Amino acid sequence: MADRSPPRLPSRLGLLVRQVAYQNRIFRRVPIAAFFTLAFPLMFLFLFASIFDDVSIGGGREVAAAQFYAPGLAVFTAASATYTNIGISTAITRDEGILRRVRSTPLPPWVYLGGVVGSGVAIAAFGVAVMLAVGIGVYGVEVELDRVLPAVVTFVVGVASFAMLGLALAALAPTGQGAPALAQATILPAAFVSDVFMPLGDDPARWMEVLGDALPLKPFVHAFFAPFDPFRTGSAWEPRHLGYVAAWGVLGAVVAARRFRWEPSVGSDGGGRSRRSRRSQSAD
Amino acid sequence: MSDSPTVVVEGLRRSYGEVRAVDGLSFEVRPGEVFALLGPNGAGKSTTVEILEGHRGRDGGDVRVLGHDPAESSAGFRDRIGIVLQEVGIERELTVREALEHYGACYSRRRPVDEVLDLVGLDGLGDRRTHRLSGGQKRRIDLALGLVGDPDLLFLDEPTTGFDPSARRQAWEMVAGLRELGTTIVLTSHYMDEVQALADRVLVIAGGRAVAEGTPDELRESMEGETSIRARFPIEARGTVDDLLGGLAGRATVRDGRLEVRTDEPTADLHRLTGWALERGVELDGLEVSRPTLEDVYLELIGGDPAEDPAGEPAGDGASDG
Repeated sequence: MADRSPPRLPSRLGLLVRQVAYQNRIFRRVPIAAFFTLAFPLMFLFLFASIFDDVSIGGGREVAAAQFYAPGLAVFTAASATYTNIGISTAITRDEGILRRVRSTPLPPWVYLGGVVGSGVAIAAFGVAVMLAVGIGVYGVEVELDRVLPAVVTFVVGVASFAMLGLALAALAPTGQGAPALAQATILPAAFVSDVFMPLGDDPARWMEVLGDALPLKPFVHAFFAPFDPFRTGSAWEPRHLGYVAAWGVLGAVVAARRFRWEPSVGSDGGGRSRRSRRSQSAD
Repeated sequence: MSDSPTVVVEGLRRSYGEVRAVDGLSFEVRPGEVFALLGPNGAGKSTTVEILEGHRGRDGGDVRVLGHDPAESSAGFRDRIGIVLQEVGIERELTVREALEHYGACYSRRRPVDEVLDLVGLDGLGDRRTHRLSGGQKRRIDLALGLVGDPDLLFLDEPTTGFDPSARRQAWEMVAGLRELGTTIVLTSHYMDEVQALADRVLVIAGGRAVAEGTPDELRESMEGETSIRARFPIEARGTVDDLLGGLAGRATVRDGRLEVRTDEPTADLHRLTGWALERGVELDGLEVSRPTLEDVYLELIGGDPAEDPAGEPAGDGASDG
């Protein structure tokens, strides 16, 4: 007992890296989450590729149809990996009492949440890379080298913002069981009005346009599409869209900071004094 | 190691709305001892422990745990304590070993994973996914995760609630093993026998207040010398019982046609009782003379009904009737 060295806590950075790896490992071991996040958008890519023909853009140039929807599907993948996954998994781990356990360890709370966000971003990066690699390699999607930077920056701003919205979703979901419904009921309608599933340039109903412009997904899609837009000349930056997405991200961060809970919802399986008493009663 | 107390609590208070869950508790826990907070549901045990752990704020009083004020709940403080909470989850996707390594990495000191597995009796199950463990085995993971940071102080909140008798025995053996290793432990329980088996010192609380403190033996001795005489007789005899009660040396209570006498003079009081009954032709059904068990001491201390709910919590009532 006397030879105990003075406690020195592990480095925060090392812990953060470990937390990201741990969240990634858990994601890999939940096949259903991996399917919906990564494989589901790819299926749409295959589907659309077999429905739509190449597009003539004048001057004798032909552009693959995938040029128009692969970027949108990539953004949908990124949003699923951050907003949907983070929102659902965090709400469920809260109700399972895992967050309560985390709070009983010396792990700083922000390091835990940093791991959640970092893992979501890493999975989003992987999903977007696969989507674009298939688009480029199989379906002839093209992107000019000097437009890569705007695409990368748009991705970073977008996933950071959608990760914050995921934490806000977890904070607002009354129970872990309700979180998937809440996530799907928001992300899927948003996707339909945000040019994710439909090739850009259609003429949607007015209300769809207004709703799409109000939500953060469509600006993310448009900003990310800009570097891939074959009609576009000049800059591929969309600062207005990016700013709007970031503003939603800040809103998400504020809601998460104010409303985030580490304790299981009252009445959920994870905890609450009533549950505890009920169990002790049955044990008597 | 210094002999200064591991935990010092003075005048601790905490209310939930109108309900005073903890109402002026004071106690100390010394290094290396197993200290038990014993009381019925809603007595304020869990609230007290949660305050000591830094999971809950307090309304008043001084609390020092390992020299820290737990309300500040610093990482340095949580590094030195181990907590076995009620109702905590474990990642079902991880193996036992992965979970221990993952949580262990947060601490400055670490017990080797194999040593911890051995200590809690999970040796050989390190590579099993946690969702394939039984309920009792999951509780062992909770204990293992409480120990993996090699804590100076371990909190066990109702460690065997919901266990079957054999699992309880095993858990007791584990705690006894930790005590051998010199770990300071604060545990809560509403089982008298558990406290008797595990604790060096006991604080009995009811309604947020301390009602007794001492070693399990001291608690029993506090009532030693008292013998209880119990008997049942017809209700209609009740009115005539007053002349009997006046003549007894001990304290008598009559409830539901049942007489109980606690006395230092069992022979004389038994003689008076039987004499009184013979005189009136009253049959004393179930006449019984006994020494109080520790359970009796406990029930008396907390006011008779172990499931009574002073803090007004909805559940748990009626659990001990019969």
